[in-house]
Amino acid sequence: MDVVIASLPDYLRGFGVTLILLGVSGVGALIIGTVVAAMRISPVPGLRGFAAAYTEALRNTPLTLVLFFCIFVLPNLGASIPYITAACIGLTLYTSPFIAEALRSGVNGVPVGQAEAARSLGMGFGQAVTLVIFPQAFRMVIPPLVNVFVALTKNTSVAGGFFVTELFTVGKGLANAHGNAVIPVLLGVASFYLIVTIPLGLLSARLEKRWVVAR
Amino acid sequence: MSSVLFDVSGPKTRRRSLIASIVSLAGIAAILAWVILTLAAPRQSSGITLPGSFDRSRWDIFTDPSVWRTIGDGLLGTLRAAAVAAVLALVIGVLFATLRTAGRRWIRIPATVALEFFRGMPVLLLMLFILLASSWGTFWAVVLGLGLYNGAIIGESLRAGLASLPRGQREAGLSLGLSRLQTKTYIEFPQAFRQMLPVIVAQLVVLLKDTSLGYIVGYNELIRTTMNGLGAFYGNRYLLSLFLVTLAIYLAVNLSLSAIARRLARRRGPRRPGRGHRGAPTGSLSRTAGFPREPGNSAVE
Repeated sequence: MDVVIASLPDYLRGFGVTLILLGVSGVGALIIGTVVAAMRISPVPGLRGFAAAYTEALRNTPLTLVLFFCIFVLPNLGASIPYITAACIGLTLYTSPFIAEALRSGVNGVPVGQAEAARSLGMGFGQAVTLVIFPQAFRMVIPPLVNVFVALTKNTSVAGGFFVTELFTVGKGLANAHGNAVIPVLLGVASFYLIVTIPLGLLSARLEKRWVVAR
Repeated sequence: MSSVLFDVSGPKTRRRSLIASIVSLAGIAAILAWVILTLAAPRQSSGITLPGSFDRSRWDIFTDPSVWRTIGDGLLGTLRAAAVAAVLALVIGVLFATLRTAGRRWIRIPATVALEFFRGMPVLLLMLFILLASSWGTFWAVVLGLGLYNGAIIGESLRAGLASLPRGQREAGLSLGLSRLQTKTYIEFPQAFRQMLPVIVAQLVVLLKDTSLGYIVGYNELIRTTMNGLGAFYGNRYLLSLFLVTLAIYLAVNLSLSAIARRLARRRGPRRPGRGHRGAPTGSLSRTAGFPREPGNSAVE
């Protein structure tokens, strides 16, 4: 326990890097994921096919392999980028299809009757989407999106295996340095992750319960 | 969505959407062509000219059967860890679901805390935990880490399955004189398991993907074998070829497992009569209809 308290600054530095990874790749994945989801439901068949292939390919590739590509293969191809940038790119790419799927299933979940009702009341496209479709899709999308961010928080630890000194790497180093206090050191690391993941999980569960659409 | 939300498009709009289609496809094709040409072009690096990525000298190791044997060993390592971890995850999942729905509070609360703990932790940290705190080696670190984490997630979905059963099922069991545990094992679990099968199979695909974390803790699975072992042995110029082969193997294995999951989702046994089918969308808004609850979506990764 003393080790944990004594090395609190190290923990906090690692936690800071973890939060940077989470923030940057979370925003990046949200942008790319929205674009991919828009392509997936667009009327242009070519874009639909491309988005479907992108989603399937990235969802079925292990994160380790994606990060390996960004860290080792990209520099080998001539792109010199710092490790943390490469890790952010990898996490963004890996997370984006999950976001796209969450968004798409939300829009798909709104029954056609809602759109038909809006149209038959004389609403235009803009009104129907903003007043009828979107508010319902939004409620269905937020809980899965929060779950994607919980998963991303946990996934940032994989970047620790690729030269990015974030929380996991800090914990590994501390555990190696204090061989007699491995369990407290790692429990300290775990609690930092749990600080983020458990509240987010509770939030998603609560929103899901509160926003459930009665049909 | 477009069919309902728009007026039927006239000839002008149709022409415009055709043009948009062609332009965007050409754009994607141009980007792909650029990537492929860049990779294929020879590259200057610190004074030496390296051959392009699709040059024969970058792929010739794959004619050697011993390379494929090594890759096969790596794949076997991945599949073995995944198989053992999958069995373990199912057992732990059933155990968690039983304890979490137990009647006694002193069982239920610790089980809930443990479940939240394992669910909220990165699998990698769990593996490191087991690796450093025990002396069972990397294989068991990977297997136990994956088993605990995915067991917690499967346990949670089984619990959701138990909660969605009509109350009459349980009451009928109890009124026949079965004990609580008997009711659970003979009546509730078989139905919950069946209901949640697609989610569970999707989670097992995630588990297979996550065996790749063995690369970081030092277990010789596919990525470690190809990228570290073969990559170091044959040198960096084979790195991209090895990466592409590894990617192809993972995609082949995972996509076929996902296809099985999707088929299971489609022919999930007959729907129980007397249970309202709430929340089922009558139709889908977007043109790419698909399943509203595709199994892959519900998996937590």
